Amino acid sequence: MAQAPVYHQHEIVIVGAGGAGLMAAVYLAGRDVAVLSKLYPTRSHTGTAQGGIGAALGNTEEDHWEWHMFDTVKGSDYLADQDAVEILTREAIEVVYDLEHWGLPFSRTPDGKIDQRRFGGHTREFGQGPVRRSCYAADRTGHMILQTLFQQCIKNNVQFFNEYFLLDLLIEEGRAAGVVALSIADGQLHVFHAKAVLLATGGCGRIYQTTSNAHALTGDAMAVALRRGIPLEDMEFFQFHPTGIYKLGILITEGARGEGGKLLNGRGERFMQKYAPTLLDLAPRDIISRAIYRELRQGHGVNGKWYVHLDLTHLGREVIETKLPDITDFVRTYLGIDPIREPIPVQPTAHYAMGGIPTDVGGRVVVDEKNTPLPGLYAAGECACVSVHGANRLGTNSLVDILVFGRRSGQDMQRYVRENDFPRLPAKPAEAAQLLLSRLRASPNGRGVTASAVRDDLRREMMDKASVFRDESSLTQMVDLMRDLQQRYQEVRIQDRGHVFNTDLVEAIELGYLLDVAEATATAGLVRTESRGAHFREDFPKRDDANWLKHSLACRTVTGAIELKYKPVTLTRFQPQERKY
Amino acid sequence: MRISLKIKRFDPERDREPHWDEYQLEMEPTDRVLDALNHVKWYLDGTLAMRRSCEHGICGSDAMLINGRNRLACKVLLKDVGEHVTVEPLRGFAVIKDLVVDMEGFFAKYRSLHPYLMAGDPEPRAERRQSPPERHRYDDTTKCIHCAACTTACPSFWSNPDYVGPAAIVNAHRFVFDSRDLATAERLTLLGVRDGVWRCRTIFNCVDACPRGIDITRAIGEIKKAILLGGR
Repeated sequence: MAQAPVYHQHEIVIVGAGGAGLMAAVYLAGRDVAVLSKLYPTRSHTGTAQGGIGAALGNTEEDHWEWHMFDTVKGSDYLADQDAVEILTREAIEVVYDLEHWGLPFSRTPDGKIDQRRFGGHTREFGQGPVRRSCYAADRTGHMILQTLFQQCIKNNVQFFNEYFLLDLLIEEGRAAGVVALSIADGQLHVFHAKAVLLATGGCGRIYQTTSNAHALTGDAMAVALRRGIPLEDMEFFQFHPTGIYKLGILITEGARGEGGKLLNGRGERFMQKYAPTLLDLAPRDIISRAIYRELRQGHGVNGKWYVHLDLTHLGREVIETKLPDITDFVRTYLGIDPIREPIPVQPTAHYAMGGIPTDVGGRVVVDEKNTPLPGLYAAGECACVSVHGANRLGTNSLVDILVFGRRSGQDMQRYVRENDFPRLPAKPAEAAQLLLSRLRASPNGRGVTASAVRDDLRREMMDKASVFRDESSLTQMVDLMRDLQQRYQEVRIQDRGHVFNTDLVEAIELGYLLDVAEATATAGLVRTESRGAHFREDFPKRDDANWLKHSLACRTVTGAIELKYKPVTLTRFQPQERKY
Repeated sequence: MRISLKIKRFDPERDREPHWDEYQLEMEPTDRVLDALNHVKWYLDGTLAMRRSCEHGICGSDAMLINGRNRLACKVLLKDVGEHVTVEPLRGFAVIKDLVVDMEGFFAKYRSLHPYLMAGDPEPRAERRQSPPERHRYDDTTKCIHCAACTTACPSFWSNPDYVGPAAIVNAHRFVFDSRDLATAERLTLLGVRDGVWRCRTIFNCVDACPRGIDITRAIGEIKKAILLGGR
């Protein structure tokens, strides 16, 4: 029984109510905007960010946006587009002041300015030593950002559609025309007709078994875009954060190392001396994650197990309880450990997608090697790829990214809707969504494949074959496995026959998104025969600028295969150098 | 660890009343109650409905009654609740399905108290200054994650559903005591009504329930005092 959708019309539709979506909404105050989220907005993953937002305010020591730009470009292993990074690091300062003006409760210096602390990869004077650039609110900076932006949305009467789940993107006559969504509360389909659409649904860490990412992070807009013929950029670059709690994936902020925390192996050695002699435990995340894996493979894990120690015991009670209260709570709650007295068991954890929907610096989605925009379509935040993070992201830069490009998307959409009328809607806008729902709801034909079984296999195999260390064999196996998993997905049927709050249905659809995103990730990884940033090939361990200084674009063709194309990197101030810390 | 998990179920499309389902599960002692619920949903009964996202006590999605107390399911370890685990939806909000309750009224009350900074013009180019003691003054109430554990644990709320509730007051307190906010008088006027702070009978259930450890009753008391003394 194909259900008739409910129609809405708004000038602008924003999908996703995390930092990027809400920032755009604040900058679009007063305009006809609908913000859709599959959660209630304050549940968004931005709220879990801990360590801080990087901006060269220079409040505690000298700092300049040019230094921040260099650190970001080097941190990206020279894959980031430098024109975009310049905008990121310049405008970081403005957005931090915006947040403070809106009330964000930053931690403060003795003279009342926004306090700043050290963070991985952030240096003074182009790499001379660590610099205090991370503007923070204890270890709950993300929570404060999300709350402050949500408060501003309330102040500006932003219209929310809570627990509306993205099912499809509508493109007509080469223009964005809206989205199709499922209202989770009652199972009703909705078509949102719009002039401009901003996709801001976050990352896709749930493709991996051990991840810091919430359940909600299933790559929704990435997959929907891929299905509608839009390429995904740089999907092979997925960051593993070095310090997730052993087996749980719960993150211990890099800010702990910014406050002086040290990483020790099973022999009590501060092993980062060997891998990053200048920055030690404040080297960028990809470098540390590989260092930890190397130590673990050599049998230097603590008690022979697959973890190392993050030691905060020398920081003292005062620092730990005032500057790192939340992570102290995590460690006490989940491990029964007191970080004031004992070191914390940590291991690399799937954390951040550097890749995503390609955009220009105005947040406009671009669909080919020549950066041709698709009019009316925007993307911002982790689901987008500008690219400011290239092959590896520095800590604190994601919070900057979502705000700077959320703002810029909002500003460009405002201009766009002023200059354009509503596009036509496609003839049967909800048809693809209805077909998907019918298939998942149909009676099982014998095998009764559950979404859970397919998802477990996907996550375990991605962790094994396409995580910190990769090679041709593991990636080829993963690409082959993807074919099998996609076929099994076609046979998945849900158990819940109802329409009210059917999360069985939602999770089954999310699984489809995970599969598409994982396929793009593994395929792009297999083709890139070099190591750069977070993408490390044991069979090609060196960076190869001559052949590979370029962005990948993974596109699903009409045959169903993933095809890779490439586009150049924009270099301005900094020529690629060897990346050492 | 073998556990016996009882869940209060309600499917509005099939049930006239809630009923209990019981599951026998083999779990680790360090698993969370949420892990047990996910195990049921993924491997035994896909129809189980609940909200969850971050799994580590930050997003506030999974507040529910666990062995008679409001907790976040992702912050309760099985070894701390024992072999018999009973899970129910929060009290005082309409049940949509199983463990999912209607949160609309809760957020409407939060919004009704103007939970955003009113700091006056013009803005400085850089940050407004705030000393560490000034920042510390309102630190506790910045921690709220809107999980509703407090409000739905409050007997005053159960008997007076129009009571704005502890969570909304906490989020107002955050602004009353923020040195940058200039709307103190208006805020205290909004709070100083019968269904505002004066419904609070200092029962302390909210403090017991809050997963963020916010000293809610104290915060409500500080608002009451400010109203009586004419300012913060």
